Amino acid sequence: MRRIAQALSDFIDRRQSWVFPAPAVIVLLLIVVFPIAFNLYLAFTKWTIGLGQPRFIGLDNFVDLLTDERVLNGTVVMIAFSGLSLALEMGLGLMIALYFNREFKGSEAVQAIYIFPFAATPVAVALIWRIMLNPEVGVLNYLLRLVGLPGSLWVSSEHTVILSLVMVDVWKWTPMITLIVLAGLKSLPHDPYEAARIDGANALQIFWHITLPMIRPVLIAALMLRSLDNLKEFDMIYTITQGGPGIASETLYLYSYTVGFQFFKAGYGSALMVVVFLIVLVFNVVMNRLRLAK
Amino acid sequence: MSVAVKRIKSVLFYSGAVALCAPPLFVFAWMIMTGLKTGSQNIAYPPEFFFTPTLENFRAVFQQHDFFHFLMNSVIIATLATGLSLVLGLPAAYSIAKYKQGRIGLIILLARMTPFVSYLLPWYIIFRSMGLIDTYTALTVTHLIITLPMVTWLMISFFESVPAELEDAAMIDGCTRLRTFLTIVLPLVRNGIATSAIMAFIFSWNQFLFSLILSGPRTKTVPVAVYNFISYGKIDWAGIGAAATLIVLPVSVFAFFVRKSIVQGLTMGAMKD
Repeated sequence: MRRIAQALSDFIDRRQSWVFPAPAVIVLLLIVVFPIAFNLYLAFTKWTIGLGQPRFIGLDNFVDLLTDERVLNGTVVMIAFSGLSLALEMGLGLMIALYFNREFKGSEAVQAIYIFPFAATPVAVALIWRIMLNPEVGVLNYLLRLVGLPGSLWVSSEHTVILSLVMVDVWKWTPMITLIVLAGLKSLPHDPYEAARIDGANALQIFWHITLPMIRPVLIAALMLRSLDNLKEFDMIYTITQGGPGIASETLYLYSYTVGFQFFKAGYGSALMVVVFLIVLVFNVVMNRLRLAK
Repeated sequence: MSVAVKRIKSVLFYSGAVALCAPPLFVFAWMIMTGLKTGSQNIAYPPEFFFTPTLENFRAVFQQHDFFHFLMNSVIIATLATGLSLVLGLPAAYSIAKYKQGRIGLIILLARMTPFVSYLLPWYIIFRSMGLIDTYTALTVTHLIITLPMVTWLMISFFESVPAELEDAAMIDGCTRLRTFLTIVLPLVRNGIATSAIMAFIFSWNQFLFSLILSGPRTKTVPVAVYNFISYGKIDWAGIGAAATLIVLPVSVFAFFVRKSIVQGLTMGAMKD
């Protein structure tokens, strides 16, 4: 009798582990995996939305990609924008996390204010930045001139547009890196620090030889998470420049949107989206290797 | 350490605090000031720091632009997406935590990795053929791509902290597994539920791209509504300031309450192992 009850309970156990996650998994398969498969199929077709049916054309879209100037431009812009903003966000994020890792009076309040940009609606704050970055009447140029510096053309010039967008991205997302790294710092063991202090190591040595190696996996995890959103940054660039002036700030991701939803070229757009997906995937696989390597 | 060195250190420390608070506070303040100025004050040079504030823009945003309708759309969609994410995500997270189902966790993570644009085109085509463009259904379902992984990953660590003895005790008393989950486990993780609900709400509220393509006059959400202030050739800065303030304030207040748990929501388990 007991054994039957036990078997029954085991059976429910096994079933629960399927029944509980099943709805979420099914919904995600429907809304994620199915569209990805459809997207992959479209990438091998020629089709303008609203005109006829998709026509299979093999690898033609991918061949066209290679000679498309805007693809090359988009790749360069993406590397410049993401490289700069990720490097700055990681560097600043780590420094600020070290700063907050020390308890001080009012640190709670400072942190609460500091992380405000993180939750703020991207489109809304990007529009405010657009006002502030205006070369003629914007407050940023006014403040620069106030301290005797020349104003900048910011997002109105193709030479400064990427740097300006990097600045906004750093403003918005460095707090996220800080929060993640700070959580990592708080969970570090105390023993190595005490040993180092007894050995007479100075603050810089302690940081370089103890903190940095121990925090490395967390840093890479933070970089991975941030890169997921950064490589496909849309809201802010679309709101502030729409890829302009000309195509000076048009990332590959933004271009794939333009092809799909402004030119309605579903086939070619899908091929571009596959490329963007592969870039994000490869970057994350490489980072994950780095994170797990000893 | 001498008193002087100590004093210099603390001055440096607090100037650091000022340097960290200045950029967010300045942008926040400029947003509110833009909303409180008249149209001509907003394009005056030098910019005006002191002026007589007017609530005219906020009135115009509601009366001329039907902003209340868009706010309600955002509230409805974010609430539906959050609620559905909890219904689907809570049992999934519980099971992943209890049975160490890391693989399922990975499927859920995949949703976050894929560029949103690659969902969007298939979704647009499917929803168009089903006549679902500009419906709450289409927007809620697509927002699940963001909110469901977030809720699930956040809740896993909360469920892991529930002692197994409590569940065992309940089941020895004759509770079914479903009842144990609903009446014993869920009340124990109510803080986690509140946190993940707020996080999901914030991210659904802030979503722009899906709404830009899949919404229309009936279901337009606030990020698209504020963006439309610039799409008629001339830019209504004062209206943008007022609308942006109305959009950002609620999520900022929410974020303040969950700031301690934001990390768990963002890292989606990547901090483990």
